[in-house]
Amino acid sequence: MSEIESPQKKVSLFELAWAFNHIAIASFGGGLSAWSREILVVDKHWMEEQEFLSAMTMCRILPGANQVNMAVFAGTKLRGILGAAAALFGLFLIPVVFILAMGYIYFRFKEVPSVTHVLHGASAAAVALTLTMAIKTGRKCLTGVVPVMFFVASFVLSGILRWPLVETLGILAPLGVIWGWPRKSAA
Amino acid sequence: MKTYLQVMTLFSSLSLLSIGGGNTVIPEMHLRAVRAHHWLTNHQFGDIFSISQAAPGPSILIVALVGYAAGLTVAGDLAGILGGLIAAAAMVIPAATLVYVLTLFWQKAQKSRLRHAVEKGLAPLTVGLILASWLVVSRAADHDWRAYLLTAVCTVIFLRTKTNPLIVVAAAGLIGYIGFV
Repeated sequence: MSEIESPQKKVSLFELAWAFNHIAIASFGGGLSAWSREILVVDKHWMEEQEFLSAMTMCRILPGANQVNMAVFAGTKLRGILGAAAALFGLFLIPVVFILAMGYIYFRFKEVPSVTHVLHGASAAAVALTLTMAIKTGRKCLTGVVPVMFFVASFVLSGILRWPLVETLGILAPLGVIWGWPRKSAA
Repeated sequence: MKTYLQVMTLFSSLSLLSIGGGNTVIPEMHLRAVRAHHWLTNHQFGDIFSISQAAPGPSILIVALVGYAAGLTVAGDLAGILGGLIAAAAMVIPAATLVYVLTLFWQKAQKSRLRHAVEKGLAPLTVGLILASWLVVSRAADHDWRAYLLTAVCTVIFLRTKTNPLIVVAAAGLIGYIGFV
């Protein structure tokens, strides 16, 4: 199995911060988690697909914004506490400067900056990016009847019936873990 | 000084309450910032919400704008910027610390059956949640047929070609700037 290369080549703090900076800047209009996957899983191979997806849901359950938590998770995994700090620094530096500039324009001139039109257009593409991510990850991990059932159930409960996350996962996550529990008979 | 303390207390407690993502504490944030502290008006809160949703980076940065407004009530723009920075740090640090500690444990459990089961079991659920968030966001974004068309075209490009997604997003931004969507 290829994942036994696990003492990965040590990622530099700069590279970590730079990767999250890339994620943050690319996400104008939204689609932050799709960009995280694009960079962390596809480009850098810092995480496996399943590891990324499960971490994404754990990051949602924990307090804090999902992608901030993901930065802490990935940073800690690769370089410990300094890695977490580097990932957060990369994720926040430019967005904080940007949003404070927006705040300055908004509160000083009493109007929503015209950049928002650009962002509105970009958000249509960011939505497409999220849809693409669902399709791409779905192709990889919806490989049997049971996974498809879990997929449909979480989509219907959360997306259509609009159940709160806590209840949706309260029911589905334990079932998923039971299903995923390694059986001795399995090869 | 008192205002900054209030900003710090408010957001560091919201940080730990934000289970399920930053948007879950928006109602509470609105209640405190608008009704209790009068840092900004109802209308302004709506505006900064849409600014922060579309801006790059985590949408939780709405707290920086609330902090900015709080700082403005003290003094000028510099006080606003300081307020924004304090709010952002207060919102991020408590939750991040918790996630850091839990990640350390999780990394130690590298080979455990629980970890194996969680990774295998949560993956298909997550795909469902991603699709759900796509549905919710595109409904909430108040998209008309032109925005849906743009989304559909972009999706086909992402799936069928190797085009750098950034170019597509930038082009869509340009289309938004022209005023098509």
